Amino acid sequence: MTSSPAPAARLARPLIELREVEKYYGDYYALRKITTDIREGEFFSLLGPSGCGKTTLLRCIAGFEEISGGHLSIDGKDMEDVPANKRPTNMVFQSYAIFPHLTVEENVGFGLRRDPSSKEDKARRVAEALEMVGLKGFGKRAAHALSGGQRQRVALARALILKPRVLLLDEPLSALDKKMREQMQSELRKLQRQVGITFILVTHDQEEALIMSDRIAVMFEGEIAQLDSPERLYRRPISRKVAEFIGIMNFLPARVLSTGPQIALDVAGLGQIAIDAEQCPGTPRTGDASVGFRPETMTVLYEGDPEPSRGKVAQGTVEEVVYFGDMSYYEVRLEGVEKPVQISMRNVVGRPVLLRGSRTRIAWEAGALVLFCEPKA
Amino acid sequence: MRGRGFQIYAICYLIFLYAPIALLPIFAFNNSTVISFPLSGFTTQWFSQLWTDTSLLLAVKHSLIVAVSVSILATCFGVFAARATTRYAFPMKQGLMGMIMLPLVLPDIIIAVSLLVVLMQMGASLSILTVILGHTLIATPFTIAILNSAFQSLDKSLEEAAIDLGETPASTFRLIILPLVMPGIISSLLIAFSISLDEYIIAAFLSGTEATLPVYIFAQFRFPNKVPVIMALGTILVCLSITLLTIAEYFRRRGIAKAGGKDTGGFL
Amino acid sequence: MKRRSFLRSEAGHGLLMLSPTALYATIVMAAPLVAVFVFSFMTPGYLKVVWTFTLNNYAKVFSSPIYTALLGRSLLTSGVVTAVTVLTAFPIAYFISFYVSPARKSLWLFLITIPFWTSYLIRVFLWKVILGYNGVINSAFLGLGIIHEPMTFLLYNMNSVVITLAHSYAPFAILPIFVALEKIDRSLLEAGQDLGESRFMTFIRVTLPLAMSGVVASVLIVFIPTAGDYVTPTLVGGANGQMIANVIQLQYFKLGDYPMGSAVSITAMAVVTAVALIFVFLNRRFLRGPK
Ligand SMILES: Nc1ncnc2c1ncn2[C@@H]1O[C@H](COP(=O)(O)OP(=O)(O)OP(=O)(O)O)[C@@H](O)[C@H]1O
Ligand SMILES: [Mg+2]
Repeated sequence: MTSSPAPAARLARPLIELREVEKYYGDYYALRKITTDIREGEFFSLLGPSGCGKTTLLRCIAGFEEISGGHLSIDGKDMEDVPANKRPTNMVFQSYAIFPHLTVEENVGFGLRRDPSSKEDKARRVAEALEMVGLKGFGKRAAHALSGGQRQRVALARALILKPRVLLLDEPLSALDKKMREQMQSELRKLQRQVGITFILVTHDQEEALIMSDRIAVMFEGEIAQLDSPERLYRRPISRKVAEFIGIMNFLPARVLSTGPQIALDVAGLGQIAIDAEQCPGTPRTGDASVGFRPETMTVLYEGDPEPSRGKVAQGTVEEVVYFGDMSYYEVRLEGVEKPVQISMRNVVGRPVLLRGSRTRIAWEAGALVLFCEPKA
Repeated sequence: MRGRGFQIYAICYLIFLYAPIALLPIFAFNNSTVISFPLSGFTTQWFSQLWTDTSLLLAVKHSLIVAVSVSILATCFGVFAARATTRYAFPMKQGLMGMIMLPLVLPDIIIAVSLLVVLMQMGASLSILTVILGHTLIATPFTIAILNSAFQSLDKSLEEAAIDLGETPASTFRLIILPLVMPGIISSLLIAFSISLDEYIIAAFLSGTEATLPVYIFAQFRFPNKVPVIMALGTILVCLSITLLTIAEYFRRRGIAKAGGKDTGGFL
Repeated sequence: MKRRSFLRSEAGHGLLMLSPTALYATIVMAAPLVAVFVFSFMTPGYLKVVWTFTLNNYAKVFSSPIYTALLGRSLLTSGVVTAVTVLTAFPIAYFISFYVSPARKSLWLFLITIPFWTSYLIRVFLWKVILGYNGVINSAFLGLGIIHEPMTFLLYNMNSVVITLAHSYAPFAILPIFVALEKIDRSLLEAGQDLGESRFMTFIRVTLPLAMSGVVASVLIVFIPTAGDYVTPTLVGGANGQMIANVIQLQYFKLGDYPMGSAVSITAMAVVTAVALIFVFLNRRFLRGPK
């Protein structure tokens, strides 16, 4: 394997272009005019709740489903009349689809049947592929005598040996236990960097998507709600729905007083503040809105703690404490706000966890807030 | 003990099921032309007489030709039907499958006479060819039942994986589906063979002058002195059937095990 | 939406795939059945059909006592056969499903199916040997001194037909019931007992209704073909055990009267189908009733 070229050069060009791609199952509208680009060499994830159309989109790219409308091209070539076996994509199936009547070697080398290269060359490539996924020496095993994790690796080797332009993975880790899953997450990520092939991963596990991806498309009901890097997705979710799907976000009712490069707000529990326009992912509007913040962006202050040098302080009461070993989760009722907010803090030696009912000060920063100006549902 | 009563009943039932077959070898080796007790001594003469009976050998030849053709034809039809029902959804599926499976309940005599009148009307002459037509019809529902379970335990993503790796639908069928359902196909071939080998009514109506084995046997029942020879023949046939069925059952189970499925029961 | 031709669609593929088998069944079974139906309204001629429409054949079927008597006897015989077969089969299916360990179930099913696949003709003939005047039963009982002269009610009447057919169709009756019993979630039965029902009442209120679909399938799969059986009445039925298939065979083969044979066949099929449908209907009513 050659080391990958500089990311900047590779990330420039779209490898897969989706233009208003639609899919109907009978009357059911499964994909609703999806338009997006997937770049060469990136680790792209499709994230969304069950039934939102992730698998459908993946299968449309692979060619197992015909799209009902729009255009799909890979590498600049329209895919309309290209069947699945002629597309430069390979797939790792959720069930792995390891051929039970073949050995590990025969499975991995399956796609090389039509390859004109010599027998020795093929055998070498199979051995290389097996080594790459950490299955050196397993070649002669019967496929049904493998563990879940090993099947997963065989499926990967089998797909990667053909050097596809795109590797499609449909919830490849969902059948594994937690430990194995975490191990495979980092291995997959490393493997993708190593081979430099575009990976499209379907998952409904937001943590998995955040850990592994260059970019994540969050899907709801057949539409892409937001497509961004993990960090932006986490810090600047485009809507409350996306925010709630990715991690935990607290919401406080707010009023937008004025807009401009700086937005003036009156936030329940926090008072009158000004934030950057950049902190509102939609179009800011005066009137009722809500403000969100992640649990770790606020800090519960102990008695006698100095005021933070940056940021501000609000008053509140601890309603509930959940001790998590390295972390503690507090539910704090801010003054003037009905619903308690969640705050998470790293535990520090020598500082006991606060008790329920204690009155406390909360340190916060305006820069951590996100403004949502969407009409109420 | 729980189920003791059931167990005794089940054993009595098995005795009832096997009683006639158990008598076969007894009379086949009995040195008397009268089929009754008490027995009168051991002989193998009935078996040796089998080899000298030319009309019997001819009937065996006819039966083998018919049974082999039927097993191949019915299994092919079974593969098409089982693949279609397990893999695709399409209009009129229920109705068409109902029609195809109908011979399972339709009395054989109805099938025999309806085919007979049509063939006569068309001026076709009766031969083992016409028997093959009828036997294929009645064996197909059985092959479908067997092949359905074989095709059902196939994971659809296996086919997709093969397509994804560059194979065409045809080569996918050859490389993936066929090997995985092969045990089912073998067991279907054997079952169809057994059904055809054993079938009398359709053969009687449609064979014309080319008698098959059951037609020959039925004719011999009219001659009491021929009965011991038939007993000997029956003994051989029973051994043959049991061997074929055991092989078929072996392949059926192996097929299920191969596809990682769970065994749910017998042939039907 | 893009349009694809029907043959390239899923449904098209499926139909295309099924078409050889469906076509074969249509040509070799459905079309001849239709032909028989048409023939039954035509005028008889020896070994051929005269193409003039008539209802005479049906008139003969319903007016002549021989046909109605044979039809009645066929229905009665196969009714009794069905009752005997299904009632004796149920405990076997129950035993295999509930008492045999899962690993041995296949073996039991295999043992039950084997006799079914071994030469049908010879099996039927052997019942003649077992039940006959000099048969196994009579000679055994005589030898043991239980009886002093051979029993004659065993062979050449409805008894022997019923015994032989019950024997032939045993696996047909056992397997559907077994499949239905296997599908019953065992925790339902525990729930039944948990809710205070005795074992027996749990069987009546839970197991039996759930197994009913299998019983219905058994009844139909035994009743319909036995009504048209030919070999058994011919070999062990004697003069008083003849059934409708014998007269159909006679019409076609011996008399060469195709229209008459067709009319008898069609009538027999219609009557058997009607009886089967009535049974299914009554069963539905009965099952829905107590709820
Ligand atoms: N072959 C099909 N026929 C009809 N409807 C389908 C078909 N396949 C999927 N659907 C429907 O399309 C919608 C999207 O399905 P899809 O499998 O893409 O969901 P998903 O996002 O992958 O969900 P999951 O996380 O549960 O796998 C679902 O509502 C599903 O019921
Ligand atoms: Mg999915």
